[in-house]
Amino acid sequence: MIETEYKNNVLTAYLKGELDHDSAAAIRTQVDAMAQSLRPSLLCLDFKDVSFMDSSGVGLVMGRYRRMKLLGGALAVKNYSDSAYKIFAMSGLEALGVLA
Amino acid sequence: MKTVNEMKLSFPSKSCNEAFARSAVAAFIMNLDPTLSELSDLKTAVSEAVTNCIVHGYRRMGGMIYISGKIFEDGRVTVKIRDKGCGIENVEQAMQPLFTTAPDEERAGLGFAVMQSFCDRVRVKSQQQKGTTVTLEKRIDRHD
Repeated sequence: MIETEYKNNVLTAYLKGELDHDSAAAIRTQVDAMAQSLRPSLLCLDFKDVSFMDSSGVGLVMGRYRRMKLLGGALAVKNYSDSAYKIFAMSGLEALGVLA
Repeated sequence: MKTVNEMKLSFPSKSCNEAFARSAVAAFIMNLDPTLSELSDLKTAVSEAVTNCIVHGYRRMGGMIYISGKIFEDGRVTVKIRDKGCGIENVEQAMQPLFTTAPDEERAGLGFAVMQSFCDRVRVKSQQQKGTTVTLEKRIDRHD
């Protein structure tokens, strides 16, 4: 389970440790369930404590972007590392305007 | 070119082994004294290749994944990641950024693009119903 915070209609998920295909599945399930019931206007994924990320991180961000759109909210991604940014940039994710 | 060290690993295609595989490869190259960025690049590339074996090669059916690593005299490292899964129908297409056959699982289609951008060379050999071998090559510069 990852730590989350819900305040002023903003749901923040504090991602932690290594983000890969294995760990992304559990994060996705938890964050989606919370977003579904809380219906925040903004879902914020905080990457501050992510020590490793592969392209599963892109799938996680894109999937949450689509889901938040369906729920009528927005997505923001913050505190990601330079190496995570390298992978985000490859995906064209910047064009979505979610990278803080 | 003379090989100065080598290793072999095999493990079942369980997703918990993605972390094991990249950490083991990182440990293998440790005495080359890699920079943090070289280390993270190779770990990321290995993670992508192993995830491909699990998600695509074996399509959740399960099977063994084989890794062999070599360190050469000139600081070059090669890591071969092999599965005996379904193989890739069209390697050229599979290597295109954003191409994926598993969108439902939120795969971004960036595996090969990441491997290519984080390594000096990536070779892919695949035969349908026989399996796929990905060879990553990266030079670890000496820092003395």
